[in-house]
Amino acid sequence: MMKRVYAKEEVCIGCRLCEIACAVEHSESKNVIRAYKAESKRPVPRNFVEEKGPLTFSVNCRHCDEPLCVAVCIAGAMVKDEKTGVVLHNEEKCAGCWSCVMACPFGVIRINPAEKRTVKCDLCAGRTMPACVQACPNRAIVFEER
Amino acid sequence: MEYVIVGNGVAAVGAVEGIRKIDSTGPITVISAEPYRAYGRPLIANLLSGKITEKDVYYRDDDFYASHGVNFLSGKKAGTIEVEKKSIVLEDGTAVSFGRLLIATGGIPFIPPMKGIGGPGVYTFTTLDDAKRLEQAAGKVERIVVIGGGLIGLKAAESLHDRGIMVTVVELADRILSSAFDREAGDIVEKRLREVGIEIILENSVREIVRAKGRVKGVVMNDGERRDCGAVVVAIGVIPNKAIVEGTGIMTDRGILTDDYLETSVPGIYAAGDVAEAPDLLLGRKRVTPIWPNAYLQGRCAGMNMAGAKKAYRGGMAMNSIEFYGIPTVSMGVSNPPEEGYAVRRVYEPERNIYRKIVLRDHRLVGAVLVGRIDRSGILTALMTGRTDVESIEDDILNDGFGFASMPADMRKKILAENR
Repeated sequence: MMKRVYAKEEVCIGCRLCEIACAVEHSESKNVIRAYKAESKRPVPRNFVEEKGPLTFSVNCRHCDEPLCVAVCIAGAMVKDEKTGVVLHNEEKCAGCWSCVMACPFGVIRINPAEKRTVKCDLCAGRTMPACVQACPNRAIVFEER
Repeated sequence: MEYVIVGNGVAAVGAVEGIRKIDSTGPITVISAEPYRAYGRPLIANLLSGKITEKDVYYRDDDFYASHGVNFLSGKKAGTIEVEKKSIVLEDGTAVSFGRLLIATGGIPFIPPMKGIGGPGVYTFTTLDDAKRLEQAAGKVERIVVIGGGLIGLKAAESLHDRGIMVTVVELADRILSSAFDREAGDIVEKRLREVGIEIILENSVREIVRAKGRVKGVVMNDGERRDCGAVVVAIGVIPNKAIVEGTGIMTDRGILTDDYLETSVPGIYAAGDVAEAPDLLLGRKRVTPIWPNAYLQGRCAGMNMAGAKKAYRGGMAMNSIEFYGIPTVSMGVSNPPEEGYAVRRVYEPERNIYRKIVLRDHRLVGAVLVGRIDRSGILTALMTGRTDVESIEDDILNDGFGFASMPADMRKKILAENR
């Protein structure tokens, strides 16, 4: 069993702080102002906040046991770490074929048009709590085993 | 258990990883006709175009074989299978015995009989060596004619064009991409390819390759028209490379027939990838579906079953994602439905290079063609593979921003609750 990120739509207000926290965490400086104002590469979040009227929630990579993004990757850029369970994406290897975008059942692999590569959640390697979960003011995203 | 895998493409890699998920120690031998570590076959287009170098085509770590306990027989061609003896004889005479065998020999390009086709200057485009040979040829010729306007032909055309070569594509059908995509999608891609300077000739075929002193000088088409060229790429189609099972009693049709567990008609012998004729999820029958995702998933499932799991293959479906000069395209499942029994919804904005179509049957999503905007298309894949009743959201699926929020609560919660 591994901990995964789950959303609670009942308490999400769609503030999108999780997207900002994610983008900043994956920026060079990890500083919100510098990431958005000074870095040459625009920060890109790995999560998706969906919204329809009052209904909002975040959708995150679920680090599947049998990940389709890994199966379809023609470049070997997507790898399931069998020890941690995390599905990692080596952006250097990504060929920009978008196969993972076509395959991901949660629709959580994002096209980064500037880089011609995809980006995805790495569960914030090195942190005990993913940045999106920590940033949520309503505890509408949880990190737990289910 | 001793495992032997014939072939070294993505199905073989899937099988090695599948076996090791169940059995961490049983010896595995991989017999590879090509003298290379496993590489991403579609990446040969990026290699030929110059976007990547050879080191980038290998898609597992350098130590993949060692770290998975694989005896890697590189550059060795398997000759015959001796079913009774449970042994494979290589072309060099060596015998390799197996407890469980996987045939993952892939596909081979179909080369039609044609005047002048034998001899130098005629290429196919499915292997790393093909790409290297074409790279050599590309430096010496002005124009190359590509026979076939499918995915492989067009990727060859794009790569050669990127190298500064003049390219003519000759396609027998009245549109390009006719098997995986539909007319509107083909039209958008065709327009884009013409814009960048690739010549496309439809409803025509090459009747003769003209040579002088043995060297390719041009082609003559069915209508008598001629193109001067220094080389020809044949990309008409790929057929299952099943010669190895001839005379073994292993049942074949178009490909090697498998059951739901990817096992052939001979117990202990499995097949996966472009050579296999395995169950299709949407068609409800067996079919050869020579695409990357099926090859990996079949290989992985076969590998797990070879190691003793009893895991049914969920069934594959056609799916292709490919980009042409900045226009991303995705096709899934049934892209050209017959009129009877299917409903189609579409958005067609050719001036913006956008086209999106879904195909429905009994309120289930069974196909999609997406051009120009493909983000989050995996959600449609999930609806297709889940056989989800989408009647309540049929009008929303093609809207910008379609996602889980567009679904009724029970559908949304069911999909989002699943750990896959």
